[in-house]
Amino acid sequence: MGKISLEVNGRKVEKEAPDNTLLSTFLREHLQLTGTHIGCDTSQCGACVVHVDGNSLKSCTALAADVNGSKVTTIEGLETNGKMHPMQEAFKKLHGLQCGFCTPGMVMSAVDLLQKNKKPSDTEIRDWLEGNICRCTGYQNIVAAVKEAATKM
Amino acid sequence: MASLVGSRVERKEDKRFLTGKGRYTADINLANQTYAIFVRSPHARAYIKKLNIDKALKSSGVVSILTGKEIADDKIGGLIAGWAIRSEDGTEMKCPGNPPLAKDNVNFVGDPVAVVIAESLAEAKEAAEKVEVDYKVLKAVTSTADAMNGDTIHEGIDKNLCFDWLLGDRQKVKEAFDKADKVISIDIINNRLIPNAMEPRACVADYNAASEEITLYTTSQNPHLSRLIMSAFGNVAPEHKLRVVAPDVGGGFGSKINVYNEDIVCSWAAKKINRAIKWVAERSESFLTDIHGRDHVTHAELAVTKDGKFLGFKNETIANLGAYARVFGTVTPTYLFGPCATGVYEIPAAYTNVKAVYTNTAPVDAYRGAGRPEATYTIERLVEKASMELGIDKTELRIKNFPTAFPFKQTLVHTVDSGDYVAGMEKAKQMADYKGFEARRKESEAKGKLRGIGVTSYFEACGIAPSAAVMSLGCGVGLWESAEVRFNPTGQVTVYTGSHSHGQSHQTTFAQIAADELGVPIENIDIVHGDTDKGTFGMGTYGSRSLAVGGIAIVNACKKIVEKGKRVTAKMLEANPEDVEFKDGEFIVSKSNKKKTIGEVAFACYLPGVRDEMKSPLPEGDEPGLKETSFYDPSNFSFPAGTHIAEVEIDPETGHVKLEKYTACDDFGRIINPMVVEGQVHGGLAQGIGQALYENAEYDETGQLMTGSYMDYTMPRADNFPEFNIGYTCTHATTNPLGVKGCGEAGAIAAPPTVMNAVIDALGGQEVTMPATAEKVWKACKNLKKSNAKAA
Repeated sequence: MGKISLEVNGRKVEKEAPDNTLLSTFLREHLQLTGTHIGCDTSQCGACVVHVDGNSLKSCTALAADVNGSKVTTIEGLETNGKMHPMQEAFKKLHGLQCGFCTPGMVMSAVDLLQKNKKPSDTEIRDWLEGNICRCTGYQNIVAAVKEAATKM
Repeated sequence: MASLVGSRVERKEDKRFLTGKGRYTADINLANQTYAIFVRSPHARAYIKKLNIDKALKSSGVVSILTGKEIADDKIGGLIAGWAIRSEDGTEMKCPGNPPLAKDNVNFVGDPVAVVIAESLAEAKEAAEKVEVDYKVLKAVTSTADAMNGDTIHEGIDKNLCFDWLLGDRQKVKEAFDKADKVISIDIINNRLIPNAMEPRACVADYNAASEEITLYTTSQNPHLSRLIMSAFGNVAPEHKLRVVAPDVGGGFGSKINVYNEDIVCSWAAKKINRAIKWVAERSESFLTDIHGRDHVTHAELAVTKDGKFLGFKNETIANLGAYARVFGTVTPTYLFGPCATGVYEIPAAYTNVKAVYTNTAPVDAYRGAGRPEATYTIERLVEKASMELGIDKTELRIKNFPTAFPFKQTLVHTVDSGDYVAGMEKAKQMADYKGFEARRKESEAKGKLRGIGVTSYFEACGIAPSAAVMSLGCGVGLWESAEVRFNPTGQVTVYTGSHSHGQSHQTTFAQIAADELGVPIENIDIVHGDTDKGTFGMGTYGSRSLAVGGIAIVNACKKIVEKGKRVTAKMLEANPEDVEFKDGEFIVSKSNKKKTIGEVAFACYLPGVRDEMKSPLPEGDEPGLKETSFYDPSNFSFPAGTHIAEVEIDPETGHVKLEKYTACDDFGRIINPMVVEGQVHGGLAQGIGQALYENAEYDETGQLMTGSYMDYTMPRADNFPEFNIGYTCTHATTNPLGVKGCGEAGAIAAPPTVMNAVIDALGGQEVTMPATAEKVWKACKNLKKSNAKAA
């Protein structure tokens, strides 16, 4: 067991957790932030993507202890003052989600893309999202939503 | 008031999914819950000689370990096949027992033999490692084509044959073939797929000892049906003591229709230990134990005249059921497959023969399209081959054999009420710039690439399933759907539906329908589903049935509300009910122009006499309240149809297939929400293209799944697709009041033959099996080069 100290969605948290606790498990089980999803066991699907110190990360690939002291943003922390982030708005407007399971990771990943590339092309969007699997949408409306968000951010 | 049906209404469900507030089964934690881990067979076929749990029981945190013996002692029933299929010789199908925990023998890798329940997940995992199972490993049967020659898997089931089923007339087909100028024949493998909903299966079972009630939260497409099966066949609890809740469910695609071993075991065990139990599948467990899809081996022939008229068709298929027959396992390769085998064509004589076999692989059941993709793949590959062999343009050959009038009575089963297949073909050709293809082929050639174009015209039978039609086929039960529309006294509406949304957007589209029917603002309408304690019994969501069956139940319940509203208004305004009209949420007396809003009527129905001067607004014979229920049993299937066109470019140096263009022109009847329908088409296409180019479930000869993770099973990714070009024609269904047909499966049905026809066109007609991987295509390119060199 060890103490994990993080700033999660702007709030300081401190919890005891076993040393082998994954960041994804820490968020879901210790902080009850169940918006971060677990879709696979090989770090392929991307449903668990969060931001750690501003960069997207598959939270099932890191131990909570590895990111001790970091600032973590999850899907629950993307709104400001109850207003959805432009990426969330764009996903809603353009039907970029269906069952919603891959959505949190997809949105967090897409937000990071626009942080690094303000006006990505279709190809750049599709390449960036290669690590996020969606089984419902065929990706077309996700790509459209990312492009729409790029005009608003 | 503008009509909402037909509008791009943004989804009511989105905000919770986009802000992390969805509530999936794995998000549910109950007080004092325990954690379950299943001990699974590592062998495809074995006897369990000995199972020793002594060491595991002493492991830290263990609450209980239960095995096949306890579940048999408690007389908990096994998993079942939902439809009884009769063989051609009249004998009943043969189904083995499928206990939730195997006691004597295991039949596929992943078959559970014990459940370990502990205080924490880590402790459950650790203890599960200590369960000792001594197996006598037997030779596994894994090949679909050879299953009938393998060792007998289930005692008493000769040749591993569940049934040998025939639909059609062999003699008439023989006569048709005797008259043919030419017979086109084809051998096809419809590759096995793994549905891979992004949310892994999960369940949380709870027991209340005071009320003796079990509550099961589970990832299900049909909670009422699950409860029925668990109660009637599983003997888990009587229905009134079993509540099944399917909260937010992260995709299904057919894989979450079945009641699974874990649902039964956790429900039963929760009562036994008197504590809540949580189980969440790891992805590798999903790969091994979720139902798989497709897996057919087919030989088919088409008899034609030299000018391209189709005379006869035969389809001989071996369908792999996997280790056990599950809920839709037996109906998928028969009644969902055979009647669609002749596609969109007038073929005077036809038969389909299906031999369904058991193998030591995961059970095969309904996966998006279920039977119709397999049927469509066969006929459309065959027609494409016919066009090559006859030298007739692929679109002209199809048009030549389309029905000329509707209703279109097919040779095998269906009477298709409506459609215009020629219009769909012409529009698709225009959208795809079919005429410009030869120029594009030349451009590709100039770059050293091979370009191909593929066409598919499809129809499907959706809206399963009209009882009368199903009964007449001698096939068990039909499937209706229910809806309850309930007004609050202050005018908001709750609609309870027996169907379930796990991505389909019912919360929005069903509210659009109710808003139009009742003239109530959409924000005042809630759609409730997924909980057997709320709403009436319902059959759930699959087979593109939610709108065409469930949606109509909502319309009918709303119409009953309006009828009562007219009677109440008439009483309130001292008019004849016949003189009351309803429009845009208002009841208007035509003669006096006096009116009541539907909100006022609702209020009056619940609180009679309070608002108006009259003592009671309720006509004699009418009870208070404003709530109506409808059970809708459709009169026929619905028949979406369309034409899809794909273009691929192949690099002969690498074998890489690039999907350059994909055009889909579909007829879904009336469209409720174009935005939602586009999403359904995109998703179906991605799965269909996935089958054609990427996805394949593969077992080795010992029955080990070689594609058991996302590192091995190729899930389509964002960079695998071009932007899809989507359009519609529209003929309204004549068999339901909304004129709707269903759209959920079309993409998965049409895309595999469309893409493969394009690949094979590029390869000069050389057959390649799905998925058309770079390796296979590269080899075909080399052959093509050789044969071209020879010809030169």
